[in-house]
Amino acid sequence: MTRQQTQKIAVAVISTVAGLVVIPILLVILFIVVNGIGAISWEFLTAPPKNGMREGGIMPALVGTIFLTFGTAIAAMPLAIAAAIYLAEYAGDTRLTRWVRLAIVNLAGIPSIVYGLFGLGAFVLYFNFGTSILAGSLTLGIMTLPVVISTAEEAILSVPREFRVVSLSLGATRWQTIRHQVLPHALPGIITGVILGLSRAAGETAPILFTVAAFYVPHLPRSIFDQTMALPYHLYVISTQVPGMPLSNQYGTALVLLLLVLSLTLVATIVRSRMRQRRQW
Amino acid sequence: MSTTPISGETNVSTVSVSMIFQRLKATNWYEFVIEGLIRLAGVSTIFIVGLIFLFLLREGLPAFLDIPLRQLFGPRWYPIEGRFGIWPLMVGSFIVTVGAVIIAVPLGLTTAIYLGEIAPPWQREILKPFIEVLSGIPSIVLGFLGWVALAPLVQRLGAPTGLTAFTGSLLLAYMSLPTIISISEDALYAVPKEYRDAALAIGATQWQTIWRVVLPAARSGLVIAVMLGIGRAIGETMAVMMVTGNAANIPPLGPGMLFQPVRTMTATIAAEMGEVAKGSLHYNTLFGIGIILFLITLAINSIAGRLVGAQSSRRRGGQL
Repeated sequence: MTRQQTQKIAVAVISTVAGLVVIPILLVILFIVVNGIGAISWEFLTAPPKNGMREGGIMPALVGTIFLTFGTAIAAMPLAIAAAIYLAEYAGDTRLTRWVRLAIVNLAGIPSIVYGLFGLGAFVLYFNFGTSILAGSLTLGIMTLPVVISTAEEAILSVPREFRVVSLSLGATRWQTIRHQVLPHALPGIITGVILGLSRAAGETAPILFTVAAFYVPHLPRSIFDQTMALPYHLYVISTQVPGMPLSNQYGTALVLLLLVLSLTLVATIVRSRMRQRRQW
Repeated sequence: MSTTPISGETNVSTVSVSMIFQRLKATNWYEFVIEGLIRLAGVSTIFIVGLIFLFLLREGLPAFLDIPLRQLFGPRWYPIEGRFGIWPLMVGSFIVTVGAVIIAVPLGLTTAIYLGEIAPPWQREILKPFIEVLSGIPSIVLGFLGWVALAPLVQRLGAPTGLTAFTGSLLLAYMSLPTIISISEDALYAVPKEYRDAALAIGATQWQTIWRVVLPAARSGLVIAVMLGIGRAIGETMAVMMVTGNAANIPPLGPGMLFQPVRTMTATIAAEMGEVAKGSLHYNTLFGIGIILFLITLAINSIAGRLVGAQSSRRRGGQL
């Protein structure tokens, strides 16, 4: 076999494998859309479950997930953005900075179920928030920190150095420079990071299992100390814990969750690409 | 100017200087506080990792103290009879993870090579968002698909049940692909273009260049990709819980062990924590499993993190 032949075979094999990886992604999404689209109706989205979950809709779970997503944003954003500013603008190449970076890498690697255990031990029991939206949001918020921090840091670093130099040379202080020159330009990137983090949080099940998720609550939560149903947990419940559950409802729930999460990802991607187009430097 | 009384001039300048000084002081205080908070936020990430470990220890340490280690790492997980041997769970996690890695690493690296070295730019623009979409699909949705669609397929392959370690490995492989692909693509991208040019210039084919030059040069980055892929796989919970059958027994050694139902550490926590009494030994043991998971991923990510640090500082040095 000549090396030209080897070259041809190698390229063919590599391309095929890449196809084998990418095509199933399409199939997975198509499969859920095709099987789930029939279940989706106005009633499905706006009615609570009935008859032991086997009929009715998913409204309390959908609303619960939306509440949790907002809660996560409120819990994670201030700390994550401040930490990103620290890493991008203040941190030198010191031992401390390296520890901070290592901590972020590790936060990103901790299994989601371990976050769930932490949330149970810390927020539910120690701080006595009970199984509540507050405990769940804080748990999800901490879990989202690394995604938001690293995306936001990248956004802040992508603001050209000249902007800072000019601002400082005009007599602005370091914080004035960051506040009025760096952050406005980094904002779209920071928003991208936040939305990406939230899309992750909205789809997670393990961290909310013991901190907030309820098997069945007929009404909407009335305060942040209430339990709530949530879409990912609801999907788990109806597909494994409820015998005789109609399959179409399961697919419908999976589809709604998938659309919710992917539309968040899509918004983040659009914000990012628009930012890149509009950028004049 | 010279006719202006000197005393007047000094008066004016003292006033303005003190005003400036006052304003400076005000902004300095304000900035001092803000910058302090920002630094605190940065350092708090270390504090949070510590806090997570602390709370795991607080609830899980009794398991290591009250259960004889021999029994804790023993072969019987029968919580109802008070037997808390986590060995079968560790074996379960190990089998599923190894299976996933064996499937995902070749696929992931090859896809990264395709994206980084072979695909024309327009294809890359289309394919990369797809990989991002895959990483965005919630694990419960993939678990659901594994449960309703993949498990029946696996059963048709001849296994007594579709809910096996292999089913879990397949799903996990798929879920860790985005991690492996994106990090190894970064590693390939970091190989200087001159290396490729030089290889091609002396007559190597594209494949020879990739195999003999690019891959060896990107080796440490590829190792990181594989490590983080393992980290991702070992911690996955919901999808694994739904498709691996959750039988806490140790399958007999051999290739057949992939087609047995197993129960992973993560699935055990998720499945049993809802039912245990707070403060019971069972409860402590579940947290104990959490401690072990935490330490495993901490080790993997710390080593990978160190490697990334070493790599990027070397690259910076190279560019200068």
